[in-house]
Amino acid sequence: MWVYEKKLEYPVRIRTCNPKMAKYIISQYGGPDGELAASLRYLSQRFSMPTDETKAILNDIGTEELAHLEMVGSMVYQLTRGVPADVLEKEGLGAYYTDHDHAVYPMSAAGVPFTAAYIQSKGDVIADLHEDLAAEQKARATYENLINLADDPDVIDPLRFLREREVVHFQRFGEALRLVQDKFAEKKFYMTTPMPRM
Amino acid sequence: MDENRERLMREIMAADFTIIDLNLYLDTHPNDFRAIMLRNNFINRSVMLRNEYECMYGPINAQLSMSKCPWQWIKSPWPWE
Repeated sequence: MWVYEKKLEYPVRIRTCNPKMAKYIISQYGGPDGELAASLRYLSQRFSMPTDETKAILNDIGTEELAHLEMVGSMVYQLTRGVPADVLEKEGLGAYYTDHDHAVYPMSAAGVPFTAAYIQSKGDVIADLHEDLAAEQKARATYENLINLADDPDVIDPLRFLREREVVHFQRFGEALRLVQDKFAEKKFYMTTPMPRM
Repeated sequence: MDENRERLMREIMAADFTIIDLNLYLDTHPNDFRAIMLRNNFINRSVMLRNEYECMYGPINAQLSMSKCPWQWIKSPWPWE
């Protein structure tokens, strides 16, 4: 189960509003390579993982992604807090304001609402771990794009943290994959599914 | 948020982050004794900092932190503010 702690994983203190940046950053909230996709993917895949290490890593990285989701949501909230409707409209958030006012809504930078189509939970450990490796690279690349778009250090700082975490997650998934491959090579199975069907 | 509160909270976030990162590392390196010792030491540090923070500023953990009356959990600021 999950326990909530009244703190962010890493500080988000944005002193200057910037609706234009909010429009882009929201992609890491509800977009294809964002934190909602990541947490849902890993927390769904964990059920069918075959080893202690893989169950743990999917569980724990999935949990950390929820903390990242919270950080990204906080960034969007702080970037638009108190900004009047006409300014939001001028900065490209007119359509968003129409349906969501100053709320945070899971969608991509292009306005596509979140969908589970962004994730797969294949039940095959090799397939799932490869998907996870790709997901971390996509997230890293997206954070790099956002960092390129930003110029406020209050915004760049948490984005940099989030980008670095993707790199670490990629590393951990790589190790998990190697462990699984070694384990099944040991038994000299010529199969890709971990559980032999009798 | 006053200076002392912010400073303490940042120290807690830093200690907790070390614990999280070591947790992920240990998931794929379960036999690393030193990493486990390091993690456990940082937990002691985090607990100490949390006790200091919580007696002045209220509960952090929904399951384990004590509250005075009236119910402190609901009090702002919340982490996104």
